[in-house]
Amino acid sequence: MATEPIVTIRNLTKVYAQGEIQVTALHEVSLDIAAGEFMTLMGPSGSGKSTLLHIIAGIDRPTRGECHVQGVDVARLNETELADWRNQNVGFVFQTFNLIPVLTAFENVELPLLLTQLGRKERRRQVAAALDLVGLADRMHHLPKQLSGGQEQRVAIARALVTDPNLIVADEPTGNLDAHSAEDVLRALQALRRDAGKTVIMVTHDPKAAAFGSRSVHLEKGELTNA
Amino acid sequence: MALPLKYNFRNVFVRWRATLATVTGIALVVAVFVLVQSLAVGLEKASQNTGDPRNVMVARKGSTAESSSQVTREQSRNILYLPEIARDARGRPLVSADVVILVNLPRRDGTGEANVTVRGVTPMGMDLRPQVTLTHGRWFNPGRREAVVSQKVARRFAHCDVGGRIRTGGTELTIVGWMDGDNSAFDSEVWMDADEARSAFDRDNYSSLLVRVADTNQMAALAKRIESDKRASLRAEPEIAYYSAQTRTAGPIRILGNFLATTMSIGAIFAAMNTMYASVGARTREIGTLRVLGYRRRSVLLGFIIEGVILAGLGGLLGCMLALPMHGYSTGTLSFDSFSEVVFQFRITPWLAAQGVIFAIAVGFLGSLLPAVRAARLPVISALKAV
Repeated sequence: MATEPIVTIRNLTKVYAQGEIQVTALHEVSLDIAAGEFMTLMGPSGSGKSTLLHIIAGIDRPTRGECHVQGVDVARLNETELADWRNQNVGFVFQTFNLIPVLTAFENVELPLLLTQLGRKERRRQVAAALDLVGLADRMHHLPKQLSGGQEQRVAIARALVTDPNLIVADEPTGNLDAHSAEDVLRALQALRRDAGKTVIMVTHDPKAAAFGSRSVHLEKGELTNA
Repeated sequence: MALPLKYNFRNVFVRWRATLATVTGIALVVAVFVLVQSLAVGLEKASQNTGDPRNVMVARKGSTAESSSQVTREQSRNILYLPEIARDARGRPLVSADVVILVNLPRRDGTGEANVTVRGVTPMGMDLRPQVTLTHGRWFNPGRREAVVSQKVARRFAHCDVGGRIRTGGTELTIVGWMDGDNSAFDSEVWMDADEARSAFDRDNYSSLLVRVADTNQMAALAKRIESDKRASLRAEPEIAYYSAQTRTAGPIRILGNFLATTMSIGAIFAAMNTMYASVGARTREIGTLRVLGYRRRSVLLGFIIEGVILAGLGGLLGCMLALPMHGYSTGTLSFDSFSEVVFQFRITPWLAAQGVIFAIAVGFLGSLLPAVRAARLPVISALKAV
């Protein structure tokens, strides 16, 4: 296992305001994630695992504490800087796939690349390569509704890796899939770590899914129980 | 970086029922705008399409139209021999002294009566207006109570068929032919012999003189010479300029068109806004996803505005297409310049159609602005959690 940390979290606290009630989603969490790890975040519903993932991915902000990803204190970036940073550094896989329904598999995967300086030809090459990697080269002109759930999630994985980010985050990526499709997706994520050296952080509450990871971290009531 | 246009375009058609309703609403607003404005354009065109660049119109100072002008026979004789005036092969000055009278005629459809301009012209006057051509029957004979009517007038007024008789005051005129004024102001007139008109309508004086200059560079000199005669109190101006100024009637029509369009556009803006709010509501999670992928707030803002503009632009194009069949259709109204019926055509010019589409785009922009701002300001996390 690689030892160089790609994510360094110190004393991270996240408090939500729900009306007049303050809900602590994360409390003084400290954690290092090494480059090249496939780390799973486990815990019961409401334990704060998705919140932690969102902060690492730069789509939510901590109330206190630090979250450095590849040396960048994500919490200090403004909205525009965060958007650019996410595009260049993080690939995100959602439980509900979140493909754009009016765009084909190819166009969905191309979306993050449209924000880069790459030319059309190079973009096409990278999209084709990403779809090929997840075994969907022959489905690139299909709309999401023409794909199975497993295929949709693999398109989402292709979209997450097409910009070649070092960090792939996945929020319960198998939650909406049957067992067979779930295994396909997990193997695809595993291959990203093994073959491409990506760091994968996956939220799950399925122990079978967690078994595909190289390390598992448990959260309960916003605190780590086995960091 | 903006979202790809195909994304915006396809999304417009996802909720096609709402899209269709909004497009239709905007199309109707644009059609009304274009049609009313095309009336004003047609009216202006009819005036602006009249006249020869070599001709000068002479009328009494202070008169707003030929029908309210008087030029005495003595004044006419004095002008006849001014040096700037062109002459024909036989040495006769190219001057036409016209008599212009308003007569009241019944409409063909029985909906009442309206003033029509009768112009008494000389053979020289017909030579000076070559754009007027005979389409049916024959020209009138001097010395006889005969008249030729514009075919557009003939279609709107009773007893104007060839062979028909129109009675006005104590005079009865036999219609011997139809003419075409090539979409000019002459399309609103009835022509007869000038001397016969003076006799029939008991006029001592002429209404105006139309003169042709030998050299267009001498037009200003001729006008100065005529207007400098303080006793005569006449004004002279290029025929084209005279008719171009006869467009006061178009003003209220334009105001009406703008008022109707503005009032109706408020409804259209709300329709577009409703559609776009529904679109934002249905695509909240999609917006969150785009933001996660790295699209900035302004890209989302721009994307929704573009969708609103596409929606409204389609409405604009449809509105122009709905209005287009009216292009060239003849209609008439009371001229505020001559107080007679002026016949003109709906004129849907490319610029007017472009104005209609621009107007629709403005509606789309205003209608999509608030929904787009809402979309752009959605917090990423709550957008992703939307059902």
